[in-house]
Amino acid sequence: MIPLSWYLILSAALFCIGLFGVLSRKNAVAILIGIELMLNAVNVNLVAFWRYITPQAITGQAFAVLVFAVAAAEVAVGLALIISIYRRRNTVVADEIDMLKF
Amino acid sequence: MGDPITMIARWLESQLLGLGLSPVLVTLILAVLGVILIASFVLVMDIFLVWVERKVVARFQDRLGPNRLGPFGLIQPIADVIKLLIKEDITPAGADKFVYNLAPIIALATVLLLWAVIPLAPDLVGSDINVGVLYIVAIGALATLGVIMAGWASNNKYALLGAFRTVAQMVSYEVPMVIALLVPVLLAGSMGLNAIVEAQTPVWFVVVAPVAALLVLLTGIAELGRAPFDLSEAESEIVAGFHIEYTGMKFGLFYAGELLHALTIGALVSTLFLGGWRGPGVEAIPILGVGYFLIKAFFLYWVIMWVKYSMPRIRIDHMLNFNWKFLTPLSLVLLMVTAILDKLLENGPYWVYVTGMLLANLVIIWAVLQLLRSRARVERVRVAEPRPVAAPPGSPASTTTL
Amino acid sequence: MTGIQLVFIVVAVMTLGAALMAVLTSNMVHAALWLILALFGVAIIFVLLNAGFLAVVQVVIYIGAISIIMIFAIMLTRRLITDIGTQTSSSWPWAALIAVALFGGLAWMLSTWGGFNTTPQLLSPRSDQVVELGQALVSPNAFVIPFEVASVLLLAALIGAIFIAWDRK
Repeated sequence: MIPLSWYLILSAALFCIGLFGVLSRKNAVAILIGIELMLNAVNVNLVAFWRYITPQAITGQAFAVLVFAVAAAEVAVGLALIISIYRRRNTVVADEIDMLKF
Repeated sequence: MGDPITMIARWLESQLLGLGLSPVLVTLILAVLGVILIASFVLVMDIFLVWVERKVVARFQDRLGPNRLGPFGLIQPIADVIKLLIKEDITPAGADKFVYNLAPIIALATVLLLWAVIPLAPDLVGSDINVGVLYIVAIGALATLGVIMAGWASNNKYALLGAFRTVAQMVSYEVPMVIALLVPVLLAGSMGLNAIVEAQTPVWFVVVAPVAALLVLLTGIAELGRAPFDLSEAESEIVAGFHIEYTGMKFGLFYAGELLHALTIGALVSTLFLGGWRGPGVEAIPILGVGYFLIKAFFLYWVIMWVKYSMPRIRIDHMLNFNWKFLTPLSLVLLMVTAILDKLLENGPYWVYVTGMLLANLVIIWAVLQLLRSRARVERVRVAEPRPVAAPPGSPASTTTL
Repeated sequence: MTGIQLVFIVVAVMTLGAALMAVLTSNMVHAALWLILALFGVAIIFVLLNAGFLAVVQVVIYIGAISIIMIFAIMLTRRLITDIGTQTSSSWPWAALIAVALFGGLAWMLSTWGGFNTTPQLLSPRSDQVVELGQALVSPNAFVIPFEVASVLLLAALIGAIFIAWDRK
C-alpha cells in the first residue's frame, strides 16, 4: 500500500525541479521544458488526490484532461513565438531578448 | 474447453505455487514467460516476412525471386541475417553515440510493443486493457521519436532533412488515422480490442464501415512510410533518408522493424474490421482463432505489398495536401455520419442497421468520387489553356506558347 | 516493502533523475530526450494510480506531440551545430535556494495536514472510468462548459501559432 504522502512528495519535488529549470536556464526552449515539468507535477498531484480522497467522483480526471489540453496549447504558442523571435533576432537566449525595439 | 496455451499456463502456475513461491512472484514469472513467448513468435514471423516480401515482389515483377538456398529459397532470410551480422559496424564521426545506438532499438521495440494488445484467440491476449485502441495510437507516436533520433544522431544534414520529412508525414497522417479508428470504437462501444472483436457478430465491421477500413489501411501505410508514401526513405530519394548512416545489424533492425510494422498494421486492420480471430468453429476449438487471425493478417500484408509494387511514389507536397485537404475532412464527415446513423438506427432490427450503414458509406464514396471528378475536370481545363514557354526575354522562343 | 512499493520507488527515482538531468544538461537535444524519459515516468505513475486512460493520453499528447514539437524547435533555432557556453545563467544558486525552500515549505505544510498518510480504498469493480469520464465531459451539469472552452482555446492556439510563425517574405 502506497500512502498518499509518497505521491505528494514526488509531485512537490518534480514541481521544484521544474521551477529551478525555469529560473536558472538561459535558453528559452529550456525554460519551456521546466514549465512542462511543473505542469506534469500538477497532473500527478490532481490524479493522486482523485484516487485517494474522492475516487467515486470523476472530477479529478476531468481536471487532468483539461490541464493536458491547456499545456498543449501553451507549448504550441510558446514555440511559435520562440521561432518567430529567432527569425528576427537570431537568438533564443532569454537574456538577450530584452529590448522592445532596436 | 480451453486452448493448449492456457492449460499449460495453469499447470505451470500450480507447479510453481506448489514449490512454495509467493503468488506475486508466480504472476511475475508467468508474465515474463508470456512476454518472451509473444516476442519470439513475432520475431520469428519477422524473419519469415523477409522471405515472403522477396518472393511476392518477384512474382509481381514477373520473375522468380530467391530459389537457390533451400526449397523455394526458404533459407534466404537466414543468409541475409548472417550477412548483416558480419558487416562492419561504422559510427560516423561526430555522431552522438548513445542516441545513435538507441534509435534502431526504439524503432523495433515500438513495433513489438504493439503486439501486447492484439488478441490472437478468444482468451489469448497479452494484456487486455480497456483502452487498447488509444494504446495503439500512443505507440505509433513513439515510433516517430525513433525516426527523429536516428536522423539527428547521424550528424548528416541529409539524414536530418529526411527525418524531418518522415516525421512531418507520420504526424500528419496520425490525424485521419485516429479519427477513422474511432469508427469501430463507436460501433463496438468500447476501446478494448478484445471487446471490438467480440462485437463483430454476425457481420464483420468491414461490411458496416468499409470507408473506415480503407482509411485505416491507407493512413497505416502512410504511417509506416511504405510506398507509395516512401519519399523520405527510398534509396533513390534524398539518399535513403534518416537511416543512411546505419550499417550492418542496426540497418537490419530498421528494415526488420519496417516489415514487422507492415504486418502489424495488417493485423490491426484485421482485428478491427475483419473479425480478428473469428471464423467457423472458434467457439469449440479456441486455438483455431490463431490460424484465422494469421490468415487475415497475411492477406492484408499481401494487399499492402500489392499497393507498394503497383504504384508510383507520391511527392511530399502532394502527400501532405492529400492528407490535410482530403483525408481529414473525409474522416470527420465519416465519423459524424456514422455517429448519427448509429444513434438513429440502434433500436431497429440488426439487418436494417447494417444496410443503413452500408448505404451511407456507399453514398459517401459516391459523393467523394463526384467531387474528385469535378475537380479533375477543372484541372483538365486549366492545363489545356495555352501557356507561355520559359525562355529568356527577347529571344524568339519567348513569344511561342504551348 | 511490498512489490508495488518497490516499483513506485524505482519509477520515482527514474522520473526525478531524468527531470534533474533535463534541467542541468547543456546539450539541448539531450535535455529534450531526458524530458521524454521523465514524461514516461509520469505515465507509469498514472498507471500505478489506476488512471490507465490518462497514462495513455499522457504518452500520446506529451511524448507523441509536445516533445516532437520541442525537438523540432530546438533543431530549428540553433546558431551553431554545437551549443556554446553554459546553459545556466549566473544566478543559479539563488534559483536552487528558492526551489529547495519551496520544496521544504510544501513538504512541511503537507505533513501537518490530517489526510497525509491515507491509504487507498479499493475501487468498486463496476466503475468503468472511461465511460464515466466521457459522460462527465459532455453532460450539461458536469464539465461540458470547460470542455467547450478548452476546444475554443485549442482552436485559438492553433490559429495563433500558425499566424505567429508564418514566414512573411
